[in-house]
Amino acid sequence: MQFDSFSAFLAMGGYGFYVWLAVAFSLLSLGSLTVATIVKRRQIIDEIKNKHQRIERMRAAEKMENTL
Amino acid sequence: MWKWLHPYAKPEKSYNLAGKMLPWFALFSAISLTIGMVWGFVFAPADYQQGDSFRIIYLHVPAASLSMGAYLSMAIAAFIGLVWQLKMADMAVAAIAPIGAVFTAIALFTGAVWGKPMWGAWWVWDARLTSELILLFLYLGVIAIYGAFSDKLLAGRAAGILALVGVINLPVIHYSVEWWNTLHQKATISKFDKPSMDTDMLWPLLINLLGFGLLFGTLTLMRFRNELITRESHRPWVKKLFIEDK
Repeated sequence: MQFDSFSAFLAMGGYGFYVWLAVAFSLLSLGSLTVATIVKRRQIIDEIKNKHQRIERMRAAEKMENTL
Repeated sequence: MWKWLHPYAKPEKSYNLAGKMLPWFALFSAISLTIGMVWGFVFAPADYQQGDSFRIIYLHVPAASLSMGAYLSMAIAAFIGLVWQLKMADMAVAAIAPIGAVFTAIALFTGAVWGKPMWGAWWVWDARLTSELILLFLYLGVIAIYGAFSDKLLAGRAAGILALVGVINLPVIHYSVEWWNTLHQKATISKFDKPSMDTDMLWPLLINLLGFGLLFGTLTLMRFRNELITRESHRPWVKKLFIEDK
C-alpha cells in the first residue's frame, strides 16, 4: 500500500483534483454508455412487442362484424 | 474454415453467439479492471518525477490505445461490409463507433487533466493531441453519417467509406511523438524495446489494458445485438425471441 491513510489516498500527493477528475470523467462516460446501451435494448424490445400487438388488434378487428 | 464460419453469417446465429460470449466478456472485464485499478491507484509506487499524478496513466493509456484499436476493428468491419456486402459488418461498424468515440473522449480528457499539472497546459496543438482530436471527429462523423440515412444499406456504405478513409489517421497518431517535436512523452510500452517503466507500475497497466479491451468487447457485443434486433425486427426469429405465444 502506497498511502498511509485514506485522506492521503484522496489527496494523491497534492494531485487529488486532477487524478479524481480523470477518474470521474472516465467512470461517468463509460457508465452512461453502458446504461444507454441497456436502456436502448429495452426500448427496442418494447417497440417490437407494441408493433406485434398493434398487428394482432388490427387482425382481430377485421374479423369482427360491423355492428354499426 | 469458410464452411465452419458460414452459419455465423446468419443473423440469428450471430445474435445467439454474441449472447453466449457476452457474460464472459463482462465478467473478465470487471475482474481485470478491478484488479488493475486497485493495483494501479493504491499499490503501485508513485513516480519519482510526477508523484501520484502519474496514476492517470492507468486510465489514459488503455483508453487511448483502445480508441485506436476500436478504430482499426471498425475499419476492418467497414472493409468487409463494403467488399462482401455483409449487412452484419455494417452493423458492427455502427455498434463500435460510439464506443470508440467514448474511449477517445476519455483519452483526450484524462490527457488534459494530466497535462495541466505536468506541462502547465490543458491543451497544446501538437501532433499527438491534434491527431487524437481528429480521431474523435472521425468517430462522430461515422455516427452522424450512419444516422443520417433511413436506408441502412446506404447508411452502412457511406459510413464505411468514411471509416476506411480515416484509417490514414492511425499511423499519424501512433508515430506523431516520433515524427514531430512534442510535449507528449514517447511510448511507454513498445513491441521492440524493453518497456520504459518499472514492473510494479507496468503490470497494473497491462491488466488495465486487458480490462479495457474486454470492456470494449462487452459493449460491442451488447450494441451489436441491439443493431441486429433493430434491423431484423420484422423477421420471425426476432419475434419468436420476445413474443410469447398465447
